[in-house]
Amino acid sequence: MRLIVDHVTHYRYDLPVRAVVQSHRLTPSLFDGQRVIRWKISVSDGQMGGGFRDGAGDWVQGWTVLGPVSGIKVHVEGEVETTDLTGMLRGHRETVPPLTYLHHTLPTRADMALAKLGEGLEDTTDSLGVAHELSRRVADAIHYRPGVTHNNTTAAEALALGEGVCQDHAHALIAVARHVGIPARYVSGYLHTDGDGTMQEAAHAWAELHVDGFGWVGFDPANRCCPDDRYIRLGSGLDAQDAAPIRGSARGLGEESLDVTVSVQTQQ
Amino acid sequence: MTSYFNEMYHDQAVRPPYARLQNWVQSMPAELRQMKQAEAEALFRRIGITFAVYGEGGDPDRLIPFDMFPRVFSGAEWSRLERGIKQRARALNAFLVDVYGRGEIVRAGRIPGRLVYQNEAYEKAVVGIVPPKGVYSHIVGIDLVRTGPDDFFVLEDNCRTPSGVSYMLENREIMMRMFPDIFRENRIEPVEQYPAALRRTLASVAPQKCDREPTVVILTPGHFNSAYYEHSFLADLMGVELVEGQDLFVEGEFVFMRTTEGPKRVDVIYRRIDDAFIDPLCFRPDSMLGIPGLMDVYRSGGVAICSAPGAGVADDKAVYTYVPEMIRFYLGEEPLLQNVPTWQCGKADDLKYVLEHLAELVVKEVHGSGGYGMLVGPKSTKDQVENFRARILADPGNYIAQPTLALSTTPTFVEEGVAPRHVDLRPYCLVGERIELVPGGLTRVALTEGSLVVNSSQGGGVKDTWVLAE
Repeated sequence: MRLIVDHVTHYRYDLPVRAVVQSHRLTPSLFDGQRVIRWKISVSDGQMGGGFRDGAGDWVQGWTVLGPVSGIKVHVEGEVETTDLTGMLRGHRETVPPLTYLHHTLPTRADMALAKLGEGLEDTTDSLGVAHELSRRVADAIHYRPGVTHNNTTAAEALALGEGVCQDHAHALIAVARHVGIPARYVSGYLHTDGDGTMQEAAHAWAELHVDGFGWVGFDPANRCCPDDRYIRLGSGLDAQDAAPIRGSARGLGEESLDVTVSVQTQQ
Repeated sequence: MTSYFNEMYHDQAVRPPYARLQNWVQSMPAELRQMKQAEAEALFRRIGITFAVYGEGGDPDRLIPFDMFPRVFSGAEWSRLERGIKQRARALNAFLVDVYGRGEIVRAGRIPGRLVYQNEAYEKAVVGIVPPKGVYSHIVGIDLVRTGPDDFFVLEDNCRTPSGVSYMLENREIMMRMFPDIFRENRIEPVEQYPAALRRTLASVAPQKCDREPTVVILTPGHFNSAYYEHSFLADLMGVELVEGQDLFVEGEFVFMRTTEGPKRVDVIYRRIDDAFIDPLCFRPDSMLGIPGLMDVYRSGGVAICSAPGAGVADDKAVYTYVPEMIRFYLGEEPLLQNVPTWQCGKADDLKYVLEHLAELVVKEVHGSGGYGMLVGPKSTKDQVENFRARILADPGNYIAQPTLALSTTPTFVEEGVAPRHVDLRPYCLVGERIELVPGGLTRVALTEGSLVVNSSQGGGVKDTWVLAE
């Protein structure tokens, strides 16, 4: 499938700020499921900093804006040819050992309830089956509902609420998977939604589990599926913050407000 | 009753390195000694060298007690130690390059992967990044204890930012000022070249993108830090700027420091701030101490950070057990310095042994430092031992145990005159383009009679450490 992305992140400040620094993970991953046709990132008044491919295979790019500015616009435009690999991350070059993704972080720590969610699969030898089952359980336990959770909601809190968005689903699946000893990570990217009412935000997130014999496999509990050719993968991390497409800071007293628009269209 | 090796008096004789000190101490009247001790304290006060002693209350600016009786090594003793220390520093750095690269030592089954990759100090963010000259740990502080004429053991490795080197320099300076005569009578190797050697080492690891004489800075968390004195002392002696996070900023591909003449590019940062705090965009987002964007500049070759982020995985107390294995694996050599036998409470058999012998052992937290969170079995009450047992059982993987070592003693000035007190040694090995070791280090002394805990944070003192020229 050919997907066309237009993604604008607009930061506005009520008082001008200086010395803005950002770290981006906004470039599509290199693997057999996607091929970049064109991709362009621009930052208003921005100076490109150092860029490199990290051990997880992500392209990380620094940007700085000297300022003073009262707003910054990060614009991502591009076109990607995608192939459905039923969630398999085939042909992805990375050197971070999977065991590293057993680290617990605050939002992905398993409490009693999350631990319970992973119970009863100890005797199952089909590790891919276990991964699917965990994803199904998370989808059943947390219903999609925007607005009830926020950026800092933990997996445990979302499970207790029984509601959340894709970030909460991903965190919960990661927490449960790590708890049963399966390395798991957070993935951020885009999703093309065809308007049938079941799909979530176009700026999307899901989880990858490291399954014996298969390597990294994506699971999207929010949509009860594995990533296919409607998905564009950008980067990964231990949790949402670690995998964030944009991390940034600015000097100044200005209050920040954020406006994000994303569209992911198919090429007709 | 355990017998302890006395480094000066052994087998009813004075050991040769101490021969000249015998006269010195015997001919020193008590009044002179007291006067000199007061003078030393006044000098330390005037210089302002103090060390916050956490957890003890009282004056946070109190001095670490300085003992005027030097600790002495012969040239031959030192050259043996030197080879062992350098060997260890090389192996630790090879290990770091490996575990952030291909991980050959794990693949070869010589160290368990979980110990490395699930380690809290393992930084995913620097996997695949090779720091300039392949050096992660530029200042390796190796804590050594001695139990006999030829028996040295490594207690722990410090690969991040070992502190205390300012004491090595100050102790020497003050001894030379107070007792110039003994420096004429003994041929003592100098240590004053350390700051120049440190600066040379730091400059030698300037990053790829640096095409000129590198600018080096020391990054401190600020004057509230207990080692702030040392940070400013070293900056002074090296002739480099002492900066805090807010003095540095990232622009484009580089890091700059604010100066009165405008921004100046910085090439090498000797940081005395932990990994977690150096860049809020990569690590803890709430850190006010760090520099936003620093890690992106570092990872794209625009600046060198010393020690390199991630170095801590080599000095973890559980990883320590495997250092002899690292030496064999990377260098193809046998270790010249021995490890202390260590039980890992995370292993069932080891845990069983430890719990059965708790009253004889020293138990430490894997990530602890400064002598906190540890149990010295033989010196503890029954209640303390039992409390600690519960702590171990709650989280066995967090503890290691070692036998209580018979630390050597050296003569030390005490109230009643001179008496043996237990000591350890921390030398500072510099690793850059070359490996250098200044002949000397920091000798810490447990001033309380019978005590084996030398940590300054637990009321230990310091001594000047001599290496005699051959």
